[in-house]
Amino acid sequence: MVAQNTAPASRRSGQMLLLAVVAVLAAAGLPFLINSFFVGVVTSVLIWTIIGLGMVVLLGYSGQVSIGHSAFLAIGAYGHALLIGAGVPFFLSVPIVVAACLAVGALIALPSLRFSGVYLAMATLAFAFIVEAVIGDLDITGGRGGMPVPREKLFGYSLTQTNVLFYATLVLLVGTFLIARNLVRSRTGRAWASLRDSEVAAASMGVGIARYKTYAFAFSAATTALAGTLLAHKVGYLSPDGFTIQQSIEMLILVVIGGMGSLAGAFYGAAFLIILPILLSIVKDKVPSGMGELPGLEAGIFGAALIIFILFQPKGIDGAIRAVLARLKNGTGAGRDDHAGA
Amino acid sequence: MQGLEVRHLSMSFGGIHAVRDVSFEVPAGSIFSIIGPNGAGKTTIFNLLTRVATPSGGEVLFDGTNLLGLRQNQIARRGIARTFQNLELFQDATVVENVLAGRHINFSTSIWQEALGVAETRRQEDANRAEADRIVDYLGLRRFRDTPIAYLPYGICKIVELGRALAVKPRLLLLDEPAAGLNATETQRMAHWIRDINTSLNVTVVLIEHDMRLVEEVSHRVLAMESGRVLTVGEPQEVQRHPEVIAAYLGGVIA
Repeated sequence: MVAQNTAPASRRSGQMLLLAVVAVLAAAGLPFLINSFFVGVVTSVLIWTIIGLGMVVLLGYSGQVSIGHSAFLAIGAYGHALLIGAGVPFFLSVPIVVAACLAVGALIALPSLRFSGVYLAMATLAFAFIVEAVIGDLDITGGRGGMPVPREKLFGYSLTQTNVLFYATLVLLVGTFLIARNLVRSRTGRAWASLRDSEVAAASMGVGIARYKTYAFAFSAATTALAGTLLAHKVGYLSPDGFTIQQSIEMLILVVIGGMGSLAGAFYGAAFLIILPILLSIVKDKVPSGMGELPGLEAGIFGAALIIFILFQPKGIDGAIRAVLARLKNGTGAGRDDHAGA
Repeated sequence: MQGLEVRHLSMSFGGIHAVRDVSFEVPAGSIFSIIGPNGAGKTTIFNLLTRVATPSGGEVLFDGTNLLGLRQNQIARRGIARTFQNLELFQDATVVENVLAGRHINFSTSIWQEALGVAETRRQEDANRAEADRIVDYLGLRRFRDTPIAYLPYGICKIVELGRALAVKPRLLLLDEPAAGLNATETQRMAHWIRDINTSLNVTVVLIEHDMRLVEEVSHRVLAMESGRVLTVGEPQEVQRHPEVIAAYLGGVIA
């Protein structure tokens, strides 16, 4: 009876799994098909997808807003760069940094969760300012001038090579995605969605509100830190200017445009965030003069896109794709199934 | 004592006495109704029992445990579940997912086991989904099983909320106006579920209700309130005949 009742869900998740495997295999073949500039672009998209997974959980599932996640990106990047500089190998440094941010995330979330809504956002903002200031002031981080990321090898291959970083990123993204997917499909994911929709109802069912909000916050801090470790290798040189409130805002733009109703939104949002500026720079070269030189053009286009999405497509690119797929299937499967999972 | 004991419960805020020195007992296995005009303090009593609000005085014991020492999210683990006057369902989720959300405390997996999707997580997920399905079937909601709440009529939503509360596997069920907004047929159906949950599942029920026919039909004892005070407690018939109750609340209906 159990098997019969859960059949539709497991069949759907079977199809999703197949799709995901095909996508990963196709991605793994990319370096053989496209030149290294585009492999680098795809790597950036995948790094930001890792951030996006945490943001979908935080904002989409648990309904909390952070405007200070650039701090975890910074701690991830600098912490990792300093550790490998001290001789700690890559696959030890990454878990150390991620675990540290899991703990720091929990510590930050717990006291501010006693208040609601805007207070958490304010606390995260303050935390980001502190981290930015500390990094800009320390000697070991090179202060405002920044620091180079030490060269590091993984299984004998240098991470400065585009393809090596690409594969490392792909593997870590798949791992992060699987953990995020398991969580949102478990009772934890249901607890998140429950407290987002009605805290009083969630509490009446035994959900510890502060506990589950903390889980979501710590998880997103950890994924952002993981992305930070990869970003360090991607950019090669770290300076405080790369970890400001602007990055925190970009993370929010990512989930709003990508769609926070499902984990897939993280990928769409990351692709939008990374590819739009590249397209813009190409277009700029084609435009004769003046137009492309307008100050704030990129920020303006991001802002306009954000407003358009909020007004006309609040479920983001993910919602649009789902709507099209549903129409193709003759309107079956309406509604957002975030309680059901990814 | 097995069951619910409320002693000298009071709550006041800003000079208003929402609940004044309310005492009553609900023996295990019975159905108890609280009636009274709007603003009498009925929902406030539920909020005090479930620790949504904190009383200014009094005691609440359930099966001998003092509930006032607990936090809001610990009430379910003591075997108490509730519904809400204005539905607090999860709108985007389907019927079965709402019921499954109510199974929260019946899992014993850690977040690490859930993150890694170990076999034990899957076993408990399957067991709880099966239980959620049993509840959906028990309440006759099978054909709405995979429909999001937002697409369902109000009468069905009331039963889904009942199902979500049942999913907690409570020994005491607090129902806040289960028949409000229901038509005569739906109210009959609700009366049937309340009685059946009480007798077949052996759950003690406390309900707040305005529909006097429902109250009379299902309740063993009735408490009438007005302005935060207890007017009288007794059998449904005698409470309805009580002169103060008639004056305060039922005047137009009975006479």
